[in-house]
Amino acid sequence: MIIAVPAESQSLDSPICQSFGRAPFYCIYDSETERSRFIENTAVKASGGAGVEAAQLLADQGVHILITYRLGEHAARILNAADAQILKAVDLSIADNIASWKERALNALDEIHSGYHHG
Amino acid sequence: MADELTIAVLSGKGGVGKTMVSVNLAAVAPSATYIDCDVEEPNGHLFLAPDIEEERTVTVGKPEVDQSRCDGCRICTQACAFKALAYVKDRLLVFSEICHSCGLCYHLCPQGALSERQQPLGVIRRGKRGNLTVHSAEMRIGEPSGVPLIKALTQNINGGLTIIDGPPGSGCLVHETIAASDFCLLVAEPTRFGEHNLALIHHLVTMMGKPCAVLLNKSTGGYNPSEAYAKANGLSIIASIPWDEELGRITADGELAALHSAHYRGVFTSLLEAIKAEAHHA
Ligand code: SF4
Ligand code: SF4
Repeated sequence: MIIAVPAESQSLDSPICQSFGRAPFYCIYDSETERSRFIENTAVKASGGAGVEAAQLLADQGVHILITYRLGEHAARILNAADAQILKAVDLSIADNIASWKERALNALDEIHSGYHHG
Repeated sequence: MADELTIAVLSGKGGVGKTMVSVNLAAVAPSATYIDCDVEEPNGHLFLAPDIEEERTVTVGKPEVDQSRCDGCRICTQACAFKALAYVKDRLLVFSEICHSCGLCYHLCPQGALSERQQPLGVIRRGKRGNLTVHSAEMRIGEPSGVPLIKALTQNINGGLTIIDGPPGSGCLVHETIAASDFCLLVAEPTRFGEHNLALIHHLVTMMGKPCAVLLNKSTGGYNPSEAYAKANGLSIIASIPWDEELGRITADGELAALHSAHYRGVFTSLLEAIKAEAHHA
């Protein structure tokens, strides 16, 4: 399983970033090899639609699971189309969230906020 | 014609009395066209209650994809400035509600997989109230941009006196409204926020080269940051409407103050005259 987590910095001890689309990095963790790597979020500077671009980036990484606090509706539709499962992050580090996932202690993210609006 | 003038009534944000001023100006004009360009929250018709004579649907083009032709080159997803397209699991996803109908993707697709399909954006209505012609629009919920509605509405400017109730803010809709006008009346509240919003809209109007003046609304007689801003920035103060609970109540009831009280009839008649004089000197 490939797990993605929005990250504040490139470390497993870093807290999960509160924002999905505007996270500076994503941690990509492979549960089979137990290896993690960090990718830069190229969407972070986007003027609008950062969530869509970031979701595209993760879909392209073949992500199966996303652990996040928040997610916009369009990003959610992209990840659903990619058959990724979306789980709600708990207030701990990235490593702790991955550990919780292994213990099946994470719940599905049930609140999807509406997309951005550009006048 | 002495009366050939299009006045856009604007404010940096909603709730400062923009609609109240627009509808009362329209009400005191012997003959005029009133256009409600606040397409996201149109409420001028609530005051003017026109008899609707015509209604038509305005459509916009949105991309439709032929998945069998799409080869996943992603030229379109990368080119779309609004990120309304994504490519996942060998399928192109289109988010119509983000799409601004710029048309770029259909032109770029090398496979001819994208075509333009017209979708309803909203309706525009024309109505009459005595000698006043009223144009308004209603945008479909969830649409990203009302610009095509504003374009359709402002086509009704016919050379007489036109009063436009502008959209709030200083985004694309406001831009479009200013472009269609000859003169902008900026309505401002006597607060620090009011001053900030006034500065934004004043900047935009000046940048677009349109003459303008400020109407100080809800003035209390105390220190008025919007007034101070106008004086410091060479912005003409056309009039000041003092804070009046009665005016607030009449307006909250959906009534036209200019028809309700002789006092306000006078206030808005002189305001309209002052605007005409100012616009013709500009
Ligand atoms: S540009 Fe055309 S072929 Fe390429 S991804 Fe978009 S729709 Fe498919
Ligand atoms: S028409 Fe423009 S905004 Fe709409 S999807 Fe195509 S490129 Fe994006």
